Amino acid sequence: MIISIASGKGGTGKTTVATNLAISLEKDVQFLDCDVEEPNAHLFLDPTIVKKEQVVAFVPQVDLEKCTFCRKCMDICRFGAMAVLKKDVMVFENLCHSCGGCFAVCSENAIMEKERSLGTIEHGVMDHISFTNGRLEIGQVMVPPIIKKVRSFTNFETITIIDAPPGTSCPVIAAMKGADFVLLVTEPTPFGLHDLKLAVETVKLLGIPHGLVINRAGLGNDDVKSYAKKQEIPILMEIPFDKKIAKIYSNGQMIVDSLPGYREKFQELFDKIMQLMENRENR
Amino acid sequence: MKELVILSGKGGTGKTSITAAFASLADNMVCCDADVDAADLHLILKPDFKKVHDFKAGHRAIIDPEKCTQCGQCIDLCRFDAVKDIFEIDSIECEGCGVCVDLCLEKAIDFSENICGQWYISSTRFGPMVHARLGIAQENSGKLVSHVRQKAKALAEKKKLNFILTDGPPGIGCPVIASIGQATAILIIAEPTVSGLHDMERVAQLSRHFNIPAMVCINKYDLNVDQTTNIEKFAESANIAVVGKIAFDPIFTQSMIQAKTIFEYDNNSQVSKNVRQVWENILSRNKFNTSFIGEI
Ligand code: SF4
Ligand code: SF4
Ligand code: SF4
Ligand code: SF4
Repeated sequence: MIISIASGKGGTGKTTVATNLAISLEKDVQFLDCDVEEPNAHLFLDPTIVKKEQVVAFVPQVDLEKCTFCRKCMDICRFGAMAVLKKDVMVFENLCHSCGGCFAVCSENAIMEKERSLGTIEHGVMDHISFTNGRLEIGQVMVPPIIKKVRSFTNFETITIIDAPPGTSCPVIAAMKGADFVLLVTEPTPFGLHDLKLAVETVKLLGIPHGLVINRAGLGNDDVKSYAKKQEIPILMEIPFDKKIAKIYSNGQMIVDSLPGYREKFQELFDKIMQLMENRENR
Repeated sequence: MKELVILSGKGGTGKTSITAAFASLADNMVCCDADVDAADLHLILKPDFKKVHDFKAGHRAIIDPEKCTQCGQCIDLCRFDAVKDIFEIDSIECEGCGVCVDLCLEKAIDFSENICGQWYISSTRFGPMVHARLGIAQENSGKLVSHVRQKAKALAEKKKLNFILTDGPPGIGCPVIASIGQATAILIIAEPTVSGLHDMERVAQLSRHFNIPAMVCINKYDLNVDQTTNIEKFAESANIAVVGKIAFDPIFTQSMIQAKTIFEYDNNSQVSKNVRQVWENILSRNKFNTSFIGEI
């Protein structure tokens, strides 16, 4: 069972909900932090890191001894990552999408695979949570391959919670696709509503059942609620706007450890998600 | 021509509200919303969406079942597992590399250009604005960011304006890198939380990697003064100027609800004074520190 936690807008409390939910469950959980540009969940869960590994992509390396400078590799490359000159071939590794086109067309066997690092992955544990996150290397742009790598560790036997990146483009898709449920987190403000609408469009495109958590409830206005009602998106939890909570968060602490009653509230949130999934199956 | 790009790393730090406030203070300015994935600046600046253009980038492969002999070569070739066993291409997975297209012996794969969003040239009450909207689930956000920035620059040149104010995207990946190339400076809006500090450090590393000078403004600084001190210490060690601190105030949300800048909402509030001070600090840095100016 994979629950992906997402929000169109950044900073709405996605990581707060994901980490507090994970810690509240009284069974084994897997936590995958797929916000690889700005991974934060480890700051809250504080897992003991047991293993680190590189995420690599392959890029071409040309053997100039064998190369006939026929330019076929350059012609097939849609990303401008190869330039064949008179007596040299240049590879712009940062532009390469590792599509394999140049390898497929080189009839001289002149292209070999070379690895380049896109980022790192860390595995750790914290009580009943097994934790994995991805981290994009500074200056790199290939985000989806790192997210896919993080997700390749999905343990289908347990509950998996994914902390997705903000937005609606390819990184978010990589973090949502194949999830059983998407939990959207928003705040009741005009920016929150606007970006929620985009996130809802994204989830609908992928055809994944979804529900809503309203964070900082009471801060703005009721437009998010009326929108959810109209769209028939169930509101599964509301976390009030409270300076105490903001302060707890700012210190990297968990709400469920600091305020009474919240552990139960997050357990309820989980039960509601399971209920929704069950109802769906019965239909 | 100068361009200030506002970034935050982490979302939700108040970047867009502050950008909108700056837009009302800046002279001779073109405003550019480079957060094309979840653009919000238009909710305050209310641009008129006068000129709408399609943004085309990349291609999408589609198999023509009439021509396809189901030889299976495209399935073997595609490194993105986008070709399904039923000889259909999953447009969400397709990277647009065109390898299957070029190598299909039957020429059975169509590869038409993809419309991945729209971009606009608008007027606002503070000046012209270039902005965009990336389609849902689209790639090429970096290309669209570069595109709106180019158009903003061209517009500024045409209208003889010398300043571009750019609201950048969150994160540190492809759209962010596209938003900072050749900028005069970056302003990081940080919040005093452990994640805020962590994310700001990554943006700072990025700015150093690409050699763009960075400044930082701490928003909601009084929410956690210890974390604010940590940000200041980090900024000092990384040689980043702290150009101001803004108090925590729900006025930001209230003005957002009325589609106003914080000055239009309450010109005399403490945060209005804070933000005006930050703006003046930025301008004075630009003026006095010549090594900092760098024309684009
Ligand atoms: S396709 Fe092979 S032989 Fe031709 S230019 Fe490229 S590397 Fe050289
Ligand atoms: S692997 Fe693909 S993207 Fe990379 S250089 Fe070869 S053709 Fe270009
Ligand atoms: S390579 Fe061409 S002919 Fe072969 S299965 Fe693919 S589309 Fe069909
Ligand atoms: S264009 Fe590239 S990514 Fe798309 S289906 Fe063909 S081989 Fe796969």
